[in-house]
Amino acid sequence: MIASLNLYETVPAEDVKIWFKAAAISKFPKNGGACIKYKDKQVAIFNFTRKNAWYACQNLCPHKMEMVLSRGMIGDENLEPKVACPLHKNNFSLKTGKHLNGDLEAIATYPVKIEDGFVYVGFSE
Amino acid sequence: MKTVVVVGNGMVGFKFCEKFVAQSDTSSYRLIVFGEEPRVAYDRVHLSEFFEDGDAERLRLAPRSWYEQNRIELHTHERVSDIDNDVKTVTTSKGKSVAYDYLVLATGSVPFVPPIRGVEKNGVFVYRTIEDLQDTLAYAATIKGGKAAILGGGLLGLEAAKAVMDMGLEPHVVEFAPKLMPRQLDSRGSRVLQVKLESMGIHIHLSKATNQILGNGKITGMEFGEDDILNVDMLVISAGIRPRDELGKSAGLTMGTRGGIVVNNRMETSDPHILAIGEVALYNQMIYGLVAPGYEMAQVAVDRILGKQESVMATEIDMSTKLKLIGVDVASFGTPFMPPEKGHSIIFENKTESLYKRINVSHDGKRLLGGILVGEAEDYNMLLQMYQNEMSLPEHPEVLIIGGRGEGGTSFGSAMDLPDTAVVCSCEAVTKGAICSSVLDDGNENIKLVAKATKAATGCGGCKPMVADLITESLKTIGKTLRVNLCEHFDYSRQELFDIVKLRGIQDYDELLDTVGKGHGCEVCKPAIAAIFASIYNETANRQSTIQDTNDRYLANIQRNGTYSVVPRVAGGEITPKQLIAMGRIAEKYDLYTKITGGQRIDMFGAKLHELPLIWEELIKEGFETGQAYGKSLRTVKSCVGSTWCRYGMDESVSFAVEIENRYKGIRSPHKFKGGVSGCIRECAEARGKDFGFIAVEGGWNVYVGGNGGANPKHAILLAEKVAKETAITYVDRFIMFYIKTALPLQRTAPWLEKLEGGITYLQNVIINDSLGIVDELDAEMQALVDSYKCEWTEAVETPEIRERYTHFVNSEETDDNIEFVSLRAQKMPKAWV
Repeated sequence: MIASLNLYETVPAEDVKIWFKAAAISKFPKNGGACIKYKDKQVAIFNFTRKNAWYACQNLCPHKMEMVLSRGMIGDENLEPKVACPLHKNNFSLKTGKHLNGDLEAIATYPVKIEDGFVYVGFSE
Repeated sequence: MKTVVVVGNGMVGFKFCEKFVAQSDTSSYRLIVFGEEPRVAYDRVHLSEFFEDGDAERLRLAPRSWYEQNRIELHTHERVSDIDNDVKTVTTSKGKSVAYDYLVLATGSVPFVPPIRGVEKNGVFVYRTIEDLQDTLAYAATIKGGKAAILGGGLLGLEAAKAVMDMGLEPHVVEFAPKLMPRQLDSRGSRVLQVKLESMGIHIHLSKATNQILGNGKITGMEFGEDDILNVDMLVISAGIRPRDELGKSAGLTMGTRGGIVVNNRMETSDPHILAIGEVALYNQMIYGLVAPGYEMAQVAVDRILGKQESVMATEIDMSTKLKLIGVDVASFGTPFMPPEKGHSIIFENKTESLYKRINVSHDGKRLLGGILVGEAEDYNMLLQMYQNEMSLPEHPEVLIIGGRGEGGTSFGSAMDLPDTAVVCSCEAVTKGAICSSVLDDGNENIKLVAKATKAATGCGGCKPMVADLITESLKTIGKTLRVNLCEHFDYSRQELFDIVKLRGIQDYDELLDTVGKGHGCEVCKPAIAAIFASIYNETANRQSTIQDTNDRYLANIQRNGTYSVVPRVAGGEITPKQLIAMGRIAEKYDLYTKITGGQRIDMFGAKLHELPLIWEELIKEGFETGQAYGKSLRTVKSCVGSTWCRYGMDESVSFAVEIENRYKGIRSPHKFKGGVSGCIRECAEARGKDFGFIAVEGGWNVYVGGNGGANPKHAILLAEKVAKETAITYVDRFIMFYIKTALPLQRTAPWLEKLEGGITYLQNVIINDSLGIVDELDAEMQALVDSYKCEWTEAVETPEIRERYTHFVNSEETDDNIEFVSLRAQKMPKAWV
């Protein structure tokens, strides 16, 4: 199946209709990410231990349309948390999805919550 | 509020906007831009790069948002169709009417299509816009493997030839003149270029006048004369340009007899409210087809509108150019062809290496008048400066083109010897004085800041090395050295961090960041520090996996579609038939694409993430270990068969290569490094193209260091001569360890050695004569690395927690359905990027 950007749209916290139980916390490396599947979507989830925060975004890098963002390194730039695509080091904000070192389309981000040792991602449908 | 209307959104039209909004006193102006093309202005000079990845965005000079931020009203896909200079209004193709106070015509040019019979046939294209290229590409796809001619052997024609070659067609360049690039090169230089291009598969046809284009409806060939026919399936015309001056004509402006709108040295046309710049402007009875004069015209036009009287265009326009044509450097400057009454020429030609250099020197030998460089143009910047600033020449001017070869020395002085008025960046007209003052007076202490403040090195980028030198040298004059902080998270250089980690015994990235850094790290500092930990503790990439680059994190090389490739170590390139069979069986089982690498081993492509541990489990069972092809570490040691088989061999090069590859395997470093061992001076292993190399000679081994292939090929330099094998190994041990401890992140040994003050002599003193008193330490550190080697793939498959990382989804057994392969010569490859 060929990935489509149309499939991914940012879900603001107030629009969450479904909290999808993705996987146990232990499945996500400290200060790193892993990918989960929800319906036909691939979503990258990052365990930003240093900030004690969790982030989720589309796994699809809009530059060359490959499913790789979950394998990228995370970090920050001027305090903005970000992920660097492993293919060409395009940086995206984990908060807003904005492309930080160029002007590709922003990527979609999703709310994350932790309950009873499990990671939940918020979707609108 | 005054209105400035710009007609044309090409490179020069864009430069006008950029220079206009950069002025402080333009807030009372309204700037409106009309562009006929659907896209915003893009970099036409690098058009052929569009073929490489089809990424039109990358060529864009600025995004639409830039125009908005600068309050420029941009209308693309809207052509200005009429000017009414009596009431100062323009009308557009969409029927819009806009009044102006100043009108700037930057309409550029169109390709000249000679009136040849049959030129209207299908399959005949021009080479100018992205749309032209897309049409050409679409047609090329219908004639796969066919032949394509390019009419015109000038600059642009040869660029087009490269593009055609990239499309998989056989390129034939057809030129009317008896030589290539007739405007820039003399006959000899042009012949050297021709031989080089022909060796690359480009066919050249000179002195050909095309009579007609053959074919019924679509092109099948070109006819030059009776019985002189070239069969081709496509033709790209690149026979020069004609100014797009129809607006000037209809507005009654004074025109040149052969086209172009006449302007004076302030870019005014015969109507003082209308200015013309770039390739539509006829200045000094010339149309200038280069970007640099166009940019200068844009500046003069901005100054004219703002009433700065003193700004005028120079009378003599410098037509010096340097470019990389299909990977071949070509440059010409000043007066490239010189009549003997003005001076004499010094010519150096080496056809086997495709080198041609010519400089023209005044009769008294004191001044450089011009020159031509083909095949290697590294010295272009300095030569151009010597010419432009009329600097005095060395006593034997020939050293300018033949000196400096081999021993790494240079016959030029430092860039600081240039006068302050010397223009270092010709795209943006930035002088040496401006750059030095930006460093010394405004405190811009690195190239990023200087570029931002002065715009130097932001155009073609050719002056970047010289700007960098000027910054370093300026800082030296005030006793400072350039600070090379790793990134925003660490105010330390790599070398300083190396010492901190070692002295304080820090083991974890987070601990280092908390003690001497700030923030949460990034993709620059994480892998650099991971390499430092590896170099000090020889820890594998498995322990702190999330600070590794993706290749190290998964111990495999990520490829275009997110799959990985697998390369087991084949030390010295020596492999048994049994091992070959095992590798073949495993590759077949997992349906991997296989290819022999440049480092004498076998690469297996197309493995999905979850397959990696399965593949490695089988490889390890067959006795293989990781080849670290993914790491910034030792890659391979290449060898020839040496005296074991070869009748010329002086020593056993394979045995040496196997021994040395096993010695350094697994050692991580600032960048990848490679070795080579040749059994005699015929050098079949290309050891001098490696970071370290050994060549067997009568009485021992010659040791070379600091070579590499790649984008900037460098021959390794002789470190020691005729030494015993054990001594050779000791020297290279120390060389590698010294490099690991002091280099910048991602700096290979060649640039490291080049920047090392004192160069090879200093290095010899450190590692042979122990001038710093550190060789015992270096020896001990290297031995510790050698002794603590372990195969990280064995560690990975044997450790369940590490194995668990190799899954695409953590909540599903499914695999990535986005990965698609297509077939290729009985194997497979990733589906092309769209």
